[in-house]
Amino acid sequence: MIILSVADLAIAATLVLLLALLSLRMHPDLGRQLVFAALRTAIQLSLIGLVLKVLFENASLLWVTLMASVMLLIAGREVMVRQERRFRGWWGYAVGTFSMFVSSFVVTIFALTVILGDDPWYTPQYAIPLLGMLLGNTMNGISIAMDRLTQTAWEQARTIEARLMLGERADEAIADIRRQAIRSGMIPIINAMAAAGVISLPGMMTGQILAGAAPLDAVKYQILIMFLIAAGTGLGTLAAIAVGSRHLFDARQRLCLDRLR
Amino acid sequence: MTAQAPDPVTRQPYLLQLERLQRPAIGPVTLDVAAGECVCISGPSGTGKSQLLRAIADLDPHDGEVRLSGHAAAAITPPEWRRQVGLLPPESSWWLPRVPDHFHSGAPLPLAEVGLTEAILEQPVARLSSGEKQRLALLRLLANQPRVLLLDEPTANLDPENTRRVEAMIAAYRESREAAVIWVSHDREQAARVCERHYAVVDGALQLQAVESPA
Repeated sequence: MIILSVADLAIAATLVLLLALLSLRMHPDLGRQLVFAALRTAIQLSLIGLVLKVLFENASLLWVTLMASVMLLIAGREVMVRQERRFRGWWGYAVGTFSMFVSSFVVTIFALTVILGDDPWYTPQYAIPLLGMLLGNTMNGISIAMDRLTQTAWEQARTIEARLMLGERADEAIADIRRQAIRSGMIPIINAMAAAGVISLPGMMTGQILAGAAPLDAVKYQILIMFLIAAGTGLGTLAAIAVGSRHLFDARQRLCLDRLR
Repeated sequence: MTAQAPDPVTRQPYLLQLERLQRPAIGPVTLDVAAGECVCISGPSGTGKSQLLRAIADLDPHDGEVRLSGHAAAAITPPEWRRQVGLLPPESSWWLPRVPDHFHSGAPLPLAEVGLTEAILEQPVARLSSGEKQRLALLRLLANQPRVLLLDEPTANLDPENTRRVEAMIAAYRESREAAVIWVSHDREQAARVCERHYAVVDGALQLQAVESPA
């Protein structure tokens, strides 16, 4: 693999600076945002590189668990803020974080122990990137699905209640909305799997090839990752929608829109 | 189980009993409605009439208690309660493309009695007028055979002829099935036509009105 020097990165950075100068004339604020975002990328990635370096040198279950928990909590916050009408109070945070924990952690641990079978199973070189990819993708699925669920329930409150008035159970009255929400959470990964290799070259595979891996080996890893992401996103979306759609109703099966903000 | 006096005629608990039922805009309301009886409630908009009906159907949290034949709502599952205590909202909702999809049983509908024809069943719901939808919503509600009808402005979008038809259908249902009816209406003449007791909402309380005899 060709190791990059700081000077190499500086040359790439001039491209961003040039673009920022160009856009300054059309949109002053855009140039500023561009430079700011580029700086964040450099700083954040350097920091995580340092963290991973330390973590890889001290491969203990405690440190890996700690790192995984921090990643989960940040992803949970991201799921929450991406919903326009989320649940009030700690529920708004808990639904997404709980479903991501259930799906991403289960799938990651399954892959590490059953499929990869490294010793120890929590070897950070595998555990952390795998969990990161799973969290990043389940996060998308869950936040899209939850946003859809709460938004649609809000808009179609009259229809849901009309169905309750006719004696339908809460789960029957919300069934159509639940189905749509699950579908919209799953569509991105279904599309990604369908387009992989034809329209897009997935980033992880490209990275492995750049690092010198044989293309067919890289492809096998990518297929594994796609399957894990699909399973994780599906599980997480199902869990979030199951919990969320129940929490839209109280014990007397009344629609409780006051639980949304 | 019931704290209130039974119906003096039947010696049974009243079919529908409201005991200190309270919502933010209305109450506490205590009211007994006997089987086969119709009670009208009128009052300006925003006085909580719809809130009261929603609380009886257990769609909103409320203080106080509602009983059906002496059984508290809490003792009956919510879907079963709402099938027996059927609420007709002022605006009907339709969530499937065609009208018959919303009816669970394939039993023939008494369309002619409310001035409609079979042809309406073939039309997409989106093309129906609000008056047509209101009458179809009543048929949909009655198909559940509720023991209590909570009617929120059931004839608001109807011309006088169809208003009479709907009134006649509800009266026939009430008589044949011994149903209790609470009818929210702005129209005093309609109240005089359809109900035995007429209440107006004044300062969140029900005030008994003199029922004008039909002209």
